[in-house]
Amino acid sequence: MRLADTTQDVDARRLTHDVAIAFSTVVKRFDTGTVALDGIDLDVHRGDFVAVVGPSGCGKSTLLRMAAGLERPTDGSVALATDSVGFIFQEPTLLPWRTVRANVELSAELGRGDAAVRRARAAEAIAAVGLDGFADQLPRSLSGGMKMRVSLARALTLAPEVMLLDEPFGALDELTRLDMQVELHSLYSRKGFTSMFITHSVSEAVYLANRVVVMTARPGRIASVIDIDFPHPRSPELRFDPKYTEYVAQISNSLHGSTR
Amino acid sequence: MTEAPVLPRPIVSARTPAVTEPSGPSARRPRTVRVAAGLLFPVLSLAGALVLWSAVSWFVLSPERQFLLPPPNRVLTQSLLDWKHLSPMLEALAVTARVALVGFVVAVLVGVGTGVLMSRAKWIERIVYPYAVVLQVIPILAIVPLIGLWFGYGMTARTLVCVLIAAFPIITNTHFGLQSVDRGLHELFTLGRASRWDRLVKLELRAALPAVLTGIRTASGLVVVGAIIGDMFFAKGEPGIGTLLDVFRSRLQSEDLIAAIVIASLFGVAVFSAFGILSRLLVGSWHASGHKS
Repeated sequence: MRLADTTQDVDARRLTHDVAIAFSTVVKRFDTGTVALDGIDLDVHRGDFVAVVGPSGCGKSTLLRMAAGLERPTDGSVALATDSVGFIFQEPTLLPWRTVRANVELSAELGRGDAAVRRARAAEAIAAVGLDGFADQLPRSLSGGMKMRVSLARALTLAPEVMLLDEPFGALDELTRLDMQVELHSLYSRKGFTSMFITHSVSEAVYLANRVVVMTARPGRIASVIDIDFPHPRSPELRFDPKYTEYVAQISNSLHGSTR
Repeated sequence: MTEAPVLPRPIVSARTPAVTEPSGPSARRPRTVRVAAGLLFPVLSLAGALVLWSAVSWFVLSPERQFLLPPPNRVLTQSLLDWKHLSPMLEALAVTARVALVGFVVAVLVGVGTGVLMSRAKWIERIVYPYAVVLQVIPILAIVPLIGLWFGYGMTARTLVCVLIAAFPIITNTHFGLQSVDRGLHELFTLGRASRWDRLVKLELRAALPAVLTGIRTASGLVVVGAIIGDMFFAKGEPGIGTLLDVFRSRLQSEDLIAAIVIASLFGVAVFSAFGILSRLLVGSWHASGHKS
């Protein structure tokens, strides 16, 4: 498998100094004829946190995978301003035979980094996600939330400028999920990476994002883009703010309007 | 025919005492007792087999035909426990074991190599796989004469039989293991811009290891069979245990014949078990296949 060349046919004018990811009239048609994405135009600005919500099958994951180069658009283009990209899968995607530490070191290891630097960065990333005491454990002895933390740590070792997250907390129980949202938010506030975050959960999107993109299904189109006007860093209590509830209602309406 | 009146069955009520016994009957027993209990049935079945064997020797066969199946005690006293009989058998076993070992190493190299090659490209798989299957379905005895013609009737031919019989399970299991690597893990390596070599060594072969080991374990049993067949047909060079089997048969030394069979079987079982333990050591910590015995 080879990465799609995201720089090909780029509408370079859109990649200005403050745009990190530019989707230009992206169309994805599957071999079956189904149109998954129908002319998506979206700019993700540097340092921004963009959440994409939408019903199942609206192509939101496909959109993200295109940004990573794992899939290519049928038409249109996707451009990234940087090579420094971290990707978080729906599953923790850990190598079961490697310890937490060795898993976290993997991305740096593939990049042929200096071994000493690699180890130091991995240790730092493991500490950053709160897995200090677990570095020598194998993934099978960890809970779902802890595995996701390992996955986050692995992406953090390369200090990515752009972080692409594909429904990372979808498989977690509600409590763990809330914890992980706080964790991710705090990482984002400290490291300032540009984030594109795919989710099913409207509430999660409002808590984390500066902008929420609502998509429709079949064909996948952008229904609305809603700015979330909360300052950073955000405390977990934000979820009880009436304005928060208003945003959730507004986005839910947009979602439901789109499926009717 | 009168039917018994159906009595209302007692339902669990607040007064029914809760079940407090440990659920697993073996959970609380000391380890020695559990081990003994686990051994009980194999020991009983062995004893039963020996009794049946003796019964056939003593009561079914007439005395002048008893050489067809000498009773177990005579196999023991006149062959297995008699150093004059036992030592040539052990020497022959060492020869067979050496052939099996060389054949096994070659089979592992060829098998894993072919499996890896096949998983590199669909067209390679299409070219190679049919021959691997042919190798598997042709009875080894059918090509033994050809092997003799081409490679002589000595050690080379014996080793080749081992390789031919043992390579297939390694090829198929390696191929299968490499094909079933998780797609997400592959994408992870793609995103990390992993080199082909890193992907093969750090992901594919590691993930395929449990399957490869399963193939290797099957091969380890087959390679012993191959070595004995090789001994029987290619008698040039030092005699192996298979050579002795043939000699004992022709001389009607049935005690020795059975003793040699027992020794060869024990060797096969030992090799097979050793690979079971090896595979548990190598992948048991992260893969379920390492836990099964």
